[in-house]
Amino acid sequence: MRDDNFREMDLNKPKRNIKLAIMSNQYIPNPKEAESIHILREVAAQFEKPVLLFSGGKDSITLVRLAQKAFYPARIPFPLLHIDTGHNFPETIAFRDQLVEELGLELIVRNVQDSIDQGKVTEERGRYASRNTLQTTTLLDAIEEFKFDACIGGARRDEEKARAKERVFSVRDDFGQWDEKNQRPELFDMLNGRIHQGQNVRVFPISNWTELDVWEYIKNEQIKIPSIYFAHKREVFFRDGMVWTANQHVYRDHSEEVVERMVRFRTVGDMTCTAAVLSEADTLEAVVEEIRQSTISERGARIDDKRSEAAMEKRKKVGYF
Amino acid sequence: MTENRKLIKIATAGSVDDGKSTLIGRLLYDTGSLTTDKLEAIERNSKQKGYDYLDFSLATDGLVAEREQGITIDVAHIYFNTDKTNFIVADTPGHVEYTRNMVTGASTSQVAIILIDARKGVIEQTYRHFFISNLLRLSHVVVAVNKMDLVDYDEEVYLKIRSDFEALVEKSDFSADQITFIPISALKGENVSQKSEMMSWYVGNTLLDHLEVLEPSDLQESSTARFPVQFVIRPKTEAYHDFRGFAGKVYGGNLKKGDLITVLPSFTESKIKSIHFFENEIEEAIAGSAVTITLENEVNVSRGDMIVRSSELPKSEKSIIATICQVNNKPLRVGDKYTLQHGVNSVLAKVDQIQAKIHTDFSGEEAVDQLRLNDIGKVTFKLSKPIHFDPYLQNKSTGSFILIDEGSFDTVSVGFID
Ligand SMILES: Nc1nc2c(ncn2[C@@H]2O[C@H](COP(=O)(O)OP(=O)(O)O)[C@@H](O)[C@H]2O)c(=O)[nH]1
Repeated sequence: MRDDNFREMDLNKPKRNIKLAIMSNQYIPNPKEAESIHILREVAAQFEKPVLLFSGGKDSITLVRLAQKAFYPARIPFPLLHIDTGHNFPETIAFRDQLVEELGLELIVRNVQDSIDQGKVTEERGRYASRNTLQTTTLLDAIEEFKFDACIGGARRDEEKARAKERVFSVRDDFGQWDEKNQRPELFDMLNGRIHQGQNVRVFPISNWTELDVWEYIKNEQIKIPSIYFAHKREVFFRDGMVWTANQHVYRDHSEEVVERMVRFRTVGDMTCTAAVLSEADTLEAVVEEIRQSTISERGARIDDKRSEAAMEKRKKVGYF
Repeated sequence: MTENRKLIKIATAGSVDDGKSTLIGRLLYDTGSLTTDKLEAIERNSKQKGYDYLDFSLATDGLVAEREQGITIDVAHIYFNTDKTNFIVADTPGHVEYTRNMVTGASTSQVAIILIDARKGVIEQTYRHFFISNLLRLSHVVVAVNKMDLVDYDEEVYLKIRSDFEALVEKSDFSADQITFIPISALKGENVSQKSEMMSWYVGNTLLDHLEVLEPSDLQESSTARFPVQFVIRPKTEAYHDFRGFAGKVYGGNLKKGDLITVLPSFTESKIKSIHFFENEIEEAIAGSAVTITLENEVNVSRGDMIVRSSELPKSEKSIIATICQVNNKPLRVGDKYTLQHGVNSVLAKVDQIQAKIHTDFSGEEAVDQLRLNDIGKVTFKLSKPIHFDPYLQNKSTGSFILIDEGSFDTVSVGFID
């Protein structure tokens, strides 16, 4: 396993020789990684039924790697939960299943389609229709069904302003609601995960990472990520200065012409609300370099945030991650 | 290489309107951390408000509720980086709940930037900001004398503020070399990342250059290693049938394979057999690493225990004296019982005595019968079991704790052990 933190280590040596290889080398901790591992161990120790919310995106994939590191050589002591909107990129789903298989993880999938069929939520219509907000209901139902008391998510404080004040352990009530005025202060690295019956906690182990931190980590660790993160040919159309996937899930006017372009995605959420960027970057190195040069924030490529500046904050209040 | 960028954690402090948001926005802008869409939003908003300059404070002002009230109500975290350094800024708002917020922000920071409005000079709030930096023993304080443009970049104004502040430093535990003064204009970008031509009389570094060269320490000079056990790892797989690893983070100093250790609270002695980080075995875990260690003999270790070198035992006491900062609306009174969380360990604690409330303006103390939100005081506690600690001055991690209310489960106080 590659880890650039180990200086001068011979990467090709078989594992049984690693001891020898390391004798003269010192491991320099990456402070953000160490903090995340610390948080994940606190979750496992303080809660009875934690779950890792897995979207198939780079942030949740990073969380899986961090969890592996936190508990190695034991297996990750909590399952993964994927709230499937039904509008995921097929590449993401294939990747998810392969990851789970390779690491021997437990995966739970709950579908937004089921919540729609049960009449709990109504599908949005029109130009900006998306299932992103509908996920909340499916998630809250899953929390209830499995009695999860801690949901680990890959949100980062640098994503946007409303997140900048998010706690690492964020207490939610029965309705998943977030009360920004009534959060527990978090002092030093002490985490207070005590909750009442019916409450649960959203945990954000990579709160302090930036988008670039995540990409550099993926590169250094050689973590596998879904292919749509790399430049590929795709049928797209342009709207509001952004690049959208052209397929049956995404609303499109007759006037919006479909063309083929080299694109990649910076986030891999729901197809309906995830825009692509024109790019030729087809390796991790090239992607990281592009992110470093980039002057557009990751969320700038998310249509649901454009709808309203306060969109995220509102979603959080009703129980979205 | 970028992957080993230095990490510097900063708490910002200033009264309302001293220009904190503007300064942070300016730092983001100057380091190229403001994305096009954010920059456009700032331009749009600035124009809407009829400004003829860019209002960078818009880059950070967060929640809707706050924007409506026009104030920031909670600690916000902001990130930027240069080629060499990653920065995390804990931005703490300067209004009534100030003490709680700044203590919280400072607890995860190494450096404080204290803003002073050049027109107002050192005011009572400045005392408080510096008091908290001192209480938390931050490793460096940067005094940014802001809005120099409004005082004609006058050196005299700066020197007066500087000497007023130096009088405060005398009363603190800081040495002069931990304090740096920089005259700036956050709005105009003078001495933030670019050397000011308007203030050629100033010979020091710009703010950003200064932050980059800092080598902050976290009070680890004593180099006594502390390893609180977070989690016991028992894979129970064929390959690791007998593996019993103790997972945790190393604080204060390094731990080496072969070190003779003592497990607290049982005082059992053993030896470090191996140290693991993921798939690798390492010889030495330096402070700050999150590792897993195994011991030579079968020692009973569980979460909340602490592994230390046998030659460096910490203090073990059933009653402690600590400086407390109250971070919750519920006041602290004599006789109150709380859960005391000390790192990853918890015991019950009873407030035995409130010795005094300490004034945060360096003016002394007074006798009180309770400590309210934002109060700082000296308190003695009786504990259900001994805790194993170091004075806060020697080790921030083993020298601090939080109190958790048994009813609400809220974190009500933070303590720094004497
Ligand atoms: N002239 C001048 N005005 C400044 C400077 N820094 C901030 N301001 C202004 O002071 C006001 C308060 O600034 P703001 O950053 O919102 O203060 P905060 O409350 O400390 O965050 C705003 O109108 C800023 O434009 C400066 O260096 N020079």
